[in-house]
Amino acid sequence: MAVGKAFDELWGSSRAKAARSGFEPLARWLDDTPSVELSRRQQAAEAAFRSLGITFSVYGEDASAERIIPFDIVPRIFSADEWDRLSAGLEQRVRAINAFIDDVYGARKILKDGVIPPDIVLTNPQFCIPCAGARPPHGVYAHICGIDLVRTGADEFFVLEDNARTPSGVSYMIENRDAMLRLCPELFDLFPVRPVDSYPELLRETLYSVAPEAAREPRCVLLTPGHHNSAFYEHSFLADNMGIELVEGRDLVVDDDIVWMKTIDGRMRVDVIYRRVDDAFLDPLVFRPDSLLGVPGLMAAYLAGNVTLVNAPGTGIADDKAIYSYMPEIVRYYTGEEVKLPNVETWRCREPKACRHVLDNLDKLVVKLVDGSGGYGMLVGPTASKKEIEAFRVAIKASPERYIAQPTLALSTVPTLDQEGMAPRHVDFRPFVLTGASGVTIVPGGLTRVALRKGSLVVNSSQGGGTKDSFVLAPEPAAEGQS
Amino acid sequence: MLSRTAASLYWIGRYMERAEFTTRLVEATIRLAALGGHAHVSRAWMSALSVVGAPPLDASREGSMPRRYLTLSEDNPSSIRSCIVNARDNARAARTALTREVWEAINRAWLMIQARTSPGGVQATLNLVEELKAELRGFEGAMARMMRNEGYWFIRLGSMIERGDASARLLDVKYFLLLPEGQKVGGKLDRDQWTTILQIVSAKTAYRHLYREALKPWLVADMLIFRRELPRSLAWTAEETVELLGEFGARSGRQGPADRLARQRLSNLQALDIDTVFQRGLHQWLQAYVRDNNAIGVAIADQFKFA
Repeated sequence: MAVGKAFDELWGSSRAKAARSGFEPLARWLDDTPSVELSRRQQAAEAAFRSLGITFSVYGEDASAERIIPFDIVPRIFSADEWDRLSAGLEQRVRAINAFIDDVYGARKILKDGVIPPDIVLTNPQFCIPCAGARPPHGVYAHICGIDLVRTGADEFFVLEDNARTPSGVSYMIENRDAMLRLCPELFDLFPVRPVDSYPELLRETLYSVAPEAAREPRCVLLTPGHHNSAFYEHSFLADNMGIELVEGRDLVVDDDIVWMKTIDGRMRVDVIYRRVDDAFLDPLVFRPDSLLGVPGLMAAYLAGNVTLVNAPGTGIADDKAIYSYMPEIVRYYTGEEVKLPNVETWRCREPKACRHVLDNLDKLVVKLVDGSGGYGMLVGPTASKKEIEAFRVAIKASPERYIAQPTLALSTVPTLDQEGMAPRHVDFRPFVLTGASGVTIVPGGLTRVALRKGSLVVNSSQGGGTKDSFVLAPEPAAEGQS
Repeated sequence: MLSRTAASLYWIGRYMERAEFTTRLVEATIRLAALGGHAHVSRAWMSALSVVGAPPLDASREGSMPRRYLTLSEDNPSSIRSCIVNARDNARAARTALTREVWEAINRAWLMIQARTSPGGVQATLNLVEELKAELRGFEGAMARMMRNEGYWFIRLGSMIERGDASARLLDVKYFLLLPEGQKVGGKLDRDQWTTILQIVSAKTAYRHLYREALKPWLVADMLIFRRELPRSLAWTAEETVELLGEFGARSGRQGPADRLARQRLSNLQALDIDTVFQRGLHQWLQAYVRDNNAIGVAIADQFKFA
């Protein structure tokens, strides 16, 4: 896991001797641009983010403490071929995720066929009992998925996590690109970078495409927990760029199973809600009764088919880490194909044999809570203290079903600017996959997260991670001239 | 537009206007205080505090306490810092109804004031005032480039209600509270204090253009109440309020109690002149004006369902 041995997105396995084929211009650009100049541009980008208010707050800190996510100026690049392979794998996976959710809240064939143990689904805290039997328009549940990918070698991409609930980060994809276009325009002469700014428009089309059939002129809104939420900037950014209202729970009212928003001209009917509020807070009548963020009666309106919720409630069943370990089987079951994007090898502590292996190798493994996210509730064995390891040992023994473990991967690195100049830092990648009435769309890009501390593998922004722009290159231009 | 968003925009207008007014109040008071001895300093700050409805504070050490209270105090809900914090909070909540420029102007003002911990000495306070004025001009400039739609109208409506209130109270305090015992209104008053008023409403030059006379208190009152050429006069804000409400009416085809109250106030104002106001008693008249202005604010909240 030592840095240097890891595959580098720019240098491959050459140990910084020769750039990968097609990426040489980036190596030359890094050579030609003094690092003080790069550092100046990076600071300019961060100043712009601060002035725009692209901030987040960290849970457990003073709520008014707003931070920006550190931005790194050196982009991460995908060749056209790499992207083709990735996007085929992403599409396959997200189709399977939607088919799986449709099945477990409907006929439950996959359980009857014994592909995965029924109890892992039916007793899962993410299984949404009130959602069973309700089929949203076009059978789409997870309209927006953020699939976390990691790379360990030239041809080795793995899915680390599926995010099928309310994945965030897409505004960074767009704002980082904006900053790069402004601060490093020359890179866009060196590389045919495919644009990402169509995302809000594609998302808007996706939302409208899944409106209830009865809605003739559907109205979409974005439901946010409010402006103290850590992802509020993204909520306002997306609502703004889609031209839809940004609402809070208190702006909505449900009357006779119909959702209305309160406007200066009276009530207006709402047909599609892109909600960035978690299931548990959506409707105090059905989920957490103490929630002030949701709308009483919203679930009844959803179950009556009068409003589409994006993503549908209950999609958490597909991104649970215990279910994740069965994804290769799930993909095979619904698509009839072998999985194109493999999983990271995963031990389920619920299985006694696997659990023993995990307990014997805690210092080598990464252990995760099945329902944890954001880098919370996670043990990175090789860098953890003895005390942390022992605490996890106790916790795993007490409730093994709550934990999974994975090998510590040598995540790929990208040259990253730090105080002493360029240094390799580990990255992951989250592309965003949209599913609407007419199928799957993937914007050529995503969020590259980078662990800024030397040797660190934790890329989460709440744990000191940063972001980079992710270039997806257009295929080589065809022989015929431009028109 | 969401009612909640409309309420946020309206309050952005009110808070930014209040921040601007208080900034100018602090600046003018420092200049006024510099013209006399200790008793003079104390009177100047007492007057400034009563304009914003604050309790009297010890004005020793060149008004250090009032200066802090009006600029950076977190205990004063109307300090410049509190106004900007509240404006930004509302701006965050109504972010989608704002242009990037307007948001950035408010956010920049907030970043600037967040970084300040103390108003320092008199000169440092004046420097702070200069910085604030620059930020607030930035906000006005960004507003000027905003599309004329509901978002713009609500912010402006908030500014107009706030400005009507501030101008009326400013005039009232100067005439009523500061009138030394035994002096008639219109008698020999401290010239410097009238200069101060004109500085606060940025109308020193305007006065000379409009009246071409030496500073006379009743003419300053006339200007601040009746001259619709002056953007901080009561007449101007009353007229602007009617027009802004008219924009909503033209769009929706509906009018409400706020429209009626605003039109009535304007026609009352147009039927008056400064002599009549003095005959009725300026203080009583201004107090009534502040009450009417509040009533229009309440009617606006009601009409657009802010609650």
